[in-house]
Amino acid sequence: MFGKLSFDAIPLHDPIIMVVAMGIAIGGAVVVGALTYFKKWKWLWTEWLTSVDHKKLGIMYFLVALVMLVRGFADAIMMRTQLAMAAGGAEGYLPPSHYDQIFTAHGVIMIFFVAMPMVIGLMNLVVPLQIGARDVAFPFLNNLSFWLFVAGVALVNVSLLLGEFAKTGWLAYAPLSGIEYSPGVGVDYWIWALQISGIGTTLTGINFFVTILKMRTKGMKLFRMPIFTWTSLCANILIIASFPILTATIALLTLDRYFGFHFFTNDFGGNMMMYVNLIWAWGHPEVYILILPAFGVFSEVIATFARKRLFGYTTMVWATAAITLLSFIVWLHHFFTMGAGANVNAFFGIATMIIAIPTGVKIFNWLFTMYRGRLQFTSPVLWTLGFIITFTLGGMTGVMLSVPAANFVLHNSLFVIAHFHNVIIGGVVFGMLAGLTYWFPKAFGFKLDEKWGKRSFWFWIVGFYVAFMPLYVLSFFGAVRRMQSYENGDWQPLMIIAWFGAVLILIGIACTVIQFLVSIRDRKKNADVTGDPWDGRTLEWSTSSPAPFYNFAHEPEVNDIDDFWNKKQANGGKPPRSKPPYQDIHMPKDTWEGPLIGLFATVFGFALVWHIWWLAIVGGLATFAVFMARVFRDDVDYYVPAAEVERIEREHQQRVEMQA
Amino acid sequence: MATDTLSNHQDHAHEHDHHDTAGTKIFGFWVYLMSDLVIFGSLFATYAVLLGGTAGGPTGADIFELDLILISTFMLLVSSFTYGMAVLAMNADQVDKVKKWLAITFLLGAGFIGIEIYEFQHLIHLGYGPDRSAFLSAFFTLVGTHGLHVFFGLVWIIVMLIQLQKKGLTDMTRPRIMCLSLFWHFLDIVWICVFSFVYLMGVL
Amino acid sequence: MRRNPTLRMLGVLLLLSLPVLLAGCSSALMDPKGQIGEEQRTLILTAFGLMQIVVIPVIVMTLLFAWRYRRSNKDATYSPDWSHSNKIEAVVWFIPCVIILFLAVLTWYTSHSLDPHKAIAPDEDQHEPMEIQAISLDWKWLFVYPEQGIATVNEVAFPVDTPVRFRVTSGSVMNSFFIPRLGSQIYAMAGMDNDVHLVADDTGTYPGRSTNYSGAGFSGMTFDAHVGTQDEFEAWVEDVKTSPDSLGYPEEYYELVTPSVHDDVQYFSNVAPSLYEQVVKSFHAGGNHAEYMETYVDASVRETLGHGGGHGDGHGSDHGEGHGDDSESHNDSESHGESMSAEAAE
Repeated sequence: MFGKLSFDAIPLHDPIIMVVAMGIAIGGAVVVGALTYFKKWKWLWTEWLTSVDHKKLGIMYFLVALVMLVRGFADAIMMRTQLAMAAGGAEGYLPPSHYDQIFTAHGVIMIFFVAMPMVIGLMNLVVPLQIGARDVAFPFLNNLSFWLFVAGVALVNVSLLLGEFAKTGWLAYAPLSGIEYSPGVGVDYWIWALQISGIGTTLTGINFFVTILKMRTKGMKLFRMPIFTWTSLCANILIIASFPILTATIALLTLDRYFGFHFFTNDFGGNMMMYVNLIWAWGHPEVYILILPAFGVFSEVIATFARKRLFGYTTMVWATAAITLLSFIVWLHHFFTMGAGANVNAFFGIATMIIAIPTGVKIFNWLFTMYRGRLQFTSPVLWTLGFIITFTLGGMTGVMLSVPAANFVLHNSLFVIAHFHNVIIGGVVFGMLAGLTYWFPKAFGFKLDEKWGKRSFWFWIVGFYVAFMPLYVLSFFGAVRRMQSYENGDWQPLMIIAWFGAVLILIGIACTVIQFLVSIRDRKKNADVTGDPWDGRTLEWSTSSPAPFYNFAHEPEVNDIDDFWNKKQANGGKPPRSKPPYQDIHMPKDTWEGPLIGLFATVFGFALVWHIWWLAIVGGLATFAVFMARVFRDDVDYYVPAAEVERIEREHQQRVEMQA
Repeated sequence: MATDTLSNHQDHAHEHDHHDTAGTKIFGFWVYLMSDLVIFGSLFATYAVLLGGTAGGPTGADIFELDLILISTFMLLVSSFTYGMAVLAMNADQVDKVKKWLAITFLLGAGFIGIEIYEFQHLIHLGYGPDRSAFLSAFFTLVGTHGLHVFFGLVWIIVMLIQLQKKGLTDMTRPRIMCLSLFWHFLDIVWICVFSFVYLMGVL
Repeated sequence: MRRNPTLRMLGVLLLLSLPVLLAGCSSALMDPKGQIGEEQRTLILTAFGLMQIVVIPVIVMTLLFAWRYRRSNKDATYSPDWSHSNKIEAVVWFIPCVIILFLAVLTWYTSHSLDPHKAIAPDEDQHEPMEIQAISLDWKWLFVYPEQGIATVNEVAFPVDTPVRFRVTSGSVMNSFFIPRLGSQIYAMAGMDNDVHLVADDTGTYPGRSTNYSGAGFSGMTFDAHVGTQDEFEAWVEDVKTSPDSLGYPEEYYELVTPSVHDDVQYFSNVAPSLYEQVVKSFHAGGNHAEYMETYVDASVRETLGHGGGHGDGHGSDHGEGHGDDSESHNDSESHGESMSAEAAE
């Protein structure tokens, strides 16, 4: 009846998990209670959960990402604590069975359920506004993508309380992830969480690719697009071309595990090297999916706060395109030590270091954007400066790893861990936090508190160096990744320093949380009435904050890069205002199908994890039925009357005049 | 921002001035097909790598029945033609003809699937199921994934027949018929690759 | 190794520039004990040094530009529309290109000269090469000496100044064979016969381990590599040969395949002929791995180890099932592995 699921699946014996479970239960109860008490369920459903508004979806992505950041970071600090203790024969407080799940979950969560939704959330919030569109190309699909992502999040979190998560490392290398060596349900959770959310990501990729190519406003030629839109376009191309590989790879692993196929098994002709190749053929483009939009954020931030045109716009675009292309021919550098021939290794090593050229050029272009500018040290700028220095160091260690003969001693060591945290924290996390601060007023109508933002920055950056520089050092002593304990007691002092760094980062995260609370408290004081709090350069700043659901009363027309800035300059520093007459605006209707499909997909995945076949059939059929309901629904759109547009625009302009 | 209060219920799909226009939909579907192609590419690559992984079991030459496959290939190729006729009929606004050609396409596709099911079932019966060797795993998965796509195509045809019955040719159904057309021809092209790469090269 | 003054100066600079290299002097990778490792150290330092040509200016420029062009500094030039300069573009493309070109040449050259599969031709003062076969198991290393007809678990020994060809495979999941002080690692994969060539220039005991995560017992998948003189090595072989245990195939071998953690060093005075080849073949067509696993290995052991952590974690998991294999696992003391390490210790 319930497949492999029984009461034994609840890890009652593990106090850590039980405390976390209780925390989640209490937190959940508080949220549910509050929603009921304030009678907000209907509001939540109609205004948020069923919304197809790209801005609201962007906010929801970011919200889930921040919650998952806390979960992923809890894993991180548990690992650091374990390694600070488990030296010289000591076992620490986490047995391998638990520790191995934690480092797997940490990687999976941070990449798939923190970094990806932050990037996609920011794209959602910003890209349509930057190209002067009223929505994305396929609003329903956009909502559906979000809910499929949430289904993945749900499965990962359920694995905490029911059963276990994978104990394989975040990429679940076969044959370790095969049924013979991982008979538990952990890998199955990994499979279905990634498979379901991965399909959502592919749909997002298609959606935004089409949006950017087809829905740009009048005059917005490709080479007039803001850099963030450009980097998003490239990231979406990477999604379209690489996520299907992940889908296929996971499907093959699924067949191995569920039906006894032999793709990646040790015997019967299986080939584990194929798994490693396939997973990295997706995995390497994946890191560029994360970092390219972050590059875009820094470009916007630095130009805005230096009050200067971005240096070398065209070069930036071509450098981004070059990175996009190159990212597909470097995957083998993740496993030089597999024993491919010298020619193959050399080819992939050299291809990898070539990426350093366009990346280096981008860094110089940011520097020359500051040059002869008027740089204002807001917190987004601090993140950007921190990024340039940190990422340069991370890029340097990356090039060191890309030399095959050097990689033979650095591979799988803590050097690799330090390197990719160096680029992912220094690049993606700093970029996303910069983007969050930068575009927050556009989403909510008020600015984030600067004091706490800067505190967060300093704790993050100092914490990062304290946490990860020791790992570079340790790697030279032969310390490897994914150790639950180590015999060499000499490593312990550095491990303790690294732990301390993690604590500093924890304080940085706490500062961000306080920043939100303080900012909400002071929202009146920090209100962004004009919609253009930073004296911005691109179209998203030409509409009110928060932007009206239709984004622009009139479709804007652009004649240049930084068109909004130019128009302000021509208008004596003041932004031009929209004027009547307005027209009816065609908008998509909200969708109840998206959240429902997400729910049934979760049920489907959960049932398959536990081999509850009847429930899987029910979940699958229900998903199909809801999808059919959508297909047969005709009233998917409506018109906003011109009078309504006029009312909203007038109110906004009155507020602006009152403030002036 | 209560969007619902603003709706003035335009019941049927309008001339979509900004999003979801037919052109955008079809372009989006093209992009989807390209991503699907990457899935097939991955499966083809896997098949190529695992071709030798027969683990003492049969090779392609031992098990492929080319006669049967030729028949099913022919059915699928003809079904592409009949789908083309359906699109021509749509362009001529002849909804009954569209339905007729779609129905014929459906039958041909169903025949193709039937033969594939027979082939699979026959192999499993002989003990050459996908769990016998990596080669057979790759074979069943590559061919089966294509078959699964055709199956979804058949479901889609049924949906379109129902929608044509209920709504006729509208701005909603037309782009869907076009997308399905792309899908169907795409599957044909993939099948030609499967046929040449798996069956012909397997036997030769 | 060349020791030209420029490189030395660079080295001094690097030592000051990053704690990485400060600590590096005594570390395994910065103080290698074999020719391969030495070349890799030079390579790492060269790559590191080359990149300082870009890294240092970038850091300096970042701080300098940010400060110089701060908003409150009204003395600095402000050109809001200046956004293009062919000269700057040329420089910022050219310099990285040159550095990468240089690195690419170096990469091409070292990928071939340090190819792990490449046999090390012995110098005149070096001995003839020998072969040792390493098999990664859950979670221990089995070393087979085909010429001597002996085998060991979690300990390997070989003479100094002797190029060693390690043939590496796995009887289980993927692992990676690595002795940091000697240089290159290589993956161990079931059914595949991989190899890495290493040589030790100094006697000593060097820790080795699997670097590729392989499951619950991964942390303890370590071994010691004892490098002694030829005589010491021969004495060690004789010592192994006094062991009462022998390693037959399949029965005794599959006993060893049974998952266990933190294994003691074991010696086998006798080993089934071509054991290594049989292990590789057991995964191929006609191989009997699956059958032997069924016959000889208790599959539930893995689950048990996976759940309880196996190894003395006296907290939390009161499963009671976690300690079922005490006979196999536990304690790292080398009861009879000391013969060489005593005099070879650093």
